[in-house]
Amino acid sequence: MSPAGGPAFGRALDVVTRVRGVRGAMLVARADGLVVAEQLMEGIKGGAVAALAASLAGRLQRTMVTAGLGPSQFWHLQCDQGALLVVPAGDSLLVVAVTDPEVNVGLVRLELLRAAEAAP
Amino acid sequence: MTTIRAVELWTLDPLTTYVAEAGARLVLLMTPAGQVLAQSGFARAVDVMAASALGAAIMASTTELARLLGQPPFAALNHQGARHGIFLSGFATDRGPLVALVVYDLDVSSLGLVQLFFEQLVADLRAASPKAGATKSVLAADFERELNESLNVLFGR
Repeated sequence: MSPAGGPAFGRALDVVTRVRGVRGAMLVARADGLVVAEQLMEGIKGGAVAALAASLAGRLQRTMVTAGLGPSQFWHLQCDQGALLVVPAGDSLLVVAVTDPEVNVGLVRLELLRAAEAAP
Repeated sequence: MTTIRAVELWTLDPLTTYVAEAGARLVLLMTPAGQVLAQSGFARAVDVMAASALGAAIMASTTELARLLGQPPFAALNHQGARHGIFLSGFATDRGPLVALVVYDLDVSSLGLVQLFFEQLVADLRAASPKAGATKSVLAADFERELNESLNVLFGR
């Protein structure tokens, strides 16, 4: 893992990256899609994942609100070779996890919610 | 549907791809002197003239600031407002140094997306650009005529 960001941000991500099968976690600014802090395995393009995840989060947010469902609290995109799990942290941040396909999604979700609470 | 027009046609495909992927509202590709190579989204020639002049002036100012600080030129500048953002960056190609000015809506795009796909735009432009010398430089005496010809092309006149 390659840590980046301040100690408080790093601690928030530690709880997520300790889960077996998590390849990396990031705090992402919702408004501009930039990485605030990251702990990623080599080979994951953090900047690209952050930008696209924030864009998707914005569109999903508008979709959910338009459908009268309120703001989204957790989303999970399952793919052949892994998954992307995202939890909003307040109005300004997203906590994003990139995982292996066979990860314990429930545990990662729990740790993402803890990270969102701990995020500065 | 965004209108994209180019004075130098090799810029057209990379710019078209970029506008679609980054969700950019307005884009200008120009030289550091403000000579426009391509534009996307502008409706009036006077806006292109103003934006290219102002963009070139900002690049010149920040390059000079960097020189005063003993640094290489700044890679990019982002200025974010309530609804729109402006991204300005210079890069080298075989044709010579170029500048891109991108205006994006915060509802549609973000700085992250604009930067992410900008890297691809630069790579695509470098791959497509003609070698230095293949394009003629604009002399001061010819500037107004060249400018009018470029604006005619950019607005399909």
